[in-house]
Amino acid sequence: MSQTDVRLDGSPGLRTDREATPGSAGARRERPIPPGAARERVVEPTPDSYYGLPILNEPTWQAHDIAGYLFLGGLAGASSALAAAAELTGRPALARAAKVGALGALGGSLYALIHDLGRPARFLNMLRVFKVTSPMSVGTWILSAYGPQAGCAAATDLTGRFPRLGRAATVGAGVAGSAVATYTAALICDTAVPTWHEGYREMPFLFAGSAMSAAGGLGMLAAPPAEAGPARRAALLGAVAECAAATRMERRLGPLAEPLQRSRLLKAGEALALAGAVAGITLGRRSRIAAAAAGAALLAGSACTRFGIFRAGMESANDPGHTVQPQRRRLALKRKESA
Amino acid sequence: MEEQPTPGRVGFFTDTSICIGCKACEVACKEWNALPEDGLAFTGMSYDNTVSLGADTWRHVAFVEQRRPLGHQEPGVGDMDFRWLMASDVCKHCTQAACLDVCPTGSLFRTEYGTVVVQEDVCNGCGYCVPACPFGVIGKRETTGTAAKCTMCYDRLGAGQEPACAKTCPTDSIQFGDLEELRDRAARRLEQVREAGVASARLYGHDSGDGVGGTGAFFLLLDEPEVYGLPPDPVVTTRDLPSMWRHAGAAALALLAGVAAAAFARRGS
Repeated sequence: MSQTDVRLDGSPGLRTDREATPGSAGARRERPIPPGAARERVVEPTPDSYYGLPILNEPTWQAHDIAGYLFLGGLAGASSALAAAAELTGRPALARAAKVGALGALGGSLYALIHDLGRPARFLNMLRVFKVTSPMSVGTWILSAYGPQAGCAAATDLTGRFPRLGRAATVGAGVAGSAVATYTAALICDTAVPTWHEGYREMPFLFAGSAMSAAGGLGMLAAPPAEAGPARRAALLGAVAECAAATRMERRLGPLAEPLQRSRLLKAGEALALAGAVAGITLGRRSRIAAAAAGAALLAGSACTRFGIFRAGMESANDPGHTVQPQRRRLALKRKESA
Repeated sequence: MEEQPTPGRVGFFTDTSICIGCKACEVACKEWNALPEDGLAFTGMSYDNTVSLGADTWRHVAFVEQRRPLGHQEPGVGDMDFRWLMASDVCKHCTQAACLDVCPTGSLFRTEYGTVVVQEDVCNGCGYCVPACPFGVIGKRETTGTAAKCTMCYDRLGAGQEPACAKTCPTDSIQFGDLEELRDRAARRLEQVREAGVASARLYGHDSGDGVGGTGAFFLLLDEPEVYGLPPDPVVTTRDLPSMWRHAGAAALALLAGVAAAAFARRGS
């Protein structure tokens, strides 16, 4: 490749400009020290970044689209799993509620995902490739496998036609749904956003728990209490798992957990999920109204949790200290080890 | 998750010790690549007008003012120590490029020169590459809705030309060429600068053992990387992806087990 070596004097023997040495202009003169005070050299600490600006570029994702999708995708996936379990244990009303709910949440998910694209008309470009290195690519294919089955499950249930096909689709959607509800954790963790990335061990369990509590809430809301037993128990399991995962994540992340700890949305999400789950398993067994209220609280709790996680990531991305300080510590550790 | 650097890999060596902050690289880049204007403002950050890299800024000259001496230099501002650091930042064209790894359409690809380029006509603007980049380089252009970043002048390389920024740089602070050759040259240059008294000089991105497998565009810096807005120890996010998939898979199984337990538990509870 060409290098710029055209010089006005044309003599190749001369030192090139790029070998000019900085800070070498003569010997440094010693300055007189002001009498009385020994001149202190003020050594300013190294700042975390250039004029305090973030190191990372902020995710361009819109909260209502992507956090909304994290909620709706989780709701859809876990509802399909619940529908399959309800169908296999002979609870047709719960199964129908969960199947229809899953299809509705899937519709909302797809709308949000396509709406968030810079070029929505090109959404099918996702199907050009399959890349295991891209959770979004994997997720596209998971949704492609899940969507038709969830649609078939709901349609056959509502119309009463092709019951055997419907049952196969219900089970298939239930299995694929578990992937829909959890791959989104890998989706947001596979970024350079410190709080998301470093939380990757707990995030899938947090998301699975949140999805289960939302699906349980929907089941309680839409199915008669006599059949909603699995929904109540799933909601309780989910809420406990979600809170346990969140607690563990906050403890492990140290300073990176700050945006999680100060998030009111996350606190509200946990409180709503636990309150809804407990109210559901106690009062929701007998009272339809209590079950509906508990279900609504669980759904709201799951939505709050997802928006809270999303916002915390945005704050983390915009905080240069989050990016720089763990890296500095890592470098210091490496230097110590090699020394 | 990339292969080793190909023999024909090219790169940038940006030697910030001789950058004079003229911003000719910013202008040449904008002109050659027909990048839209993206704000021309007084930022109050020394002479910086462009702030950071993004969809419409592919070269960004940073200006850092410090009350510290530069080598043996007499700054001539009374009793005060002073140095003015300037550095032209650019896409690093990582050996292990997170933007490329996570792109779900295949719009981002590795060229025959070892560089990483966005195919604008394939990109659907999902924005995944933006938070994936550990350097905060790539951005999504509002006007077109697609991702954009430095291509290392892919079109010029094909015609045997060097990139516009390197071509225009009046001090050769931006040097373009064969990556291996540039790395050798940078090592020699580092010694030279250190001998001249600038003990804080260091290379950044030259080491193929770092978290991104070394960068195609690397730098000679006169202070810590974060001073220039660069992450001190960047790691490609997909390095942890296998473990992420394992955790997500375990969570999916746990979800199925939990739902099954809830449904198959003894009736009546």
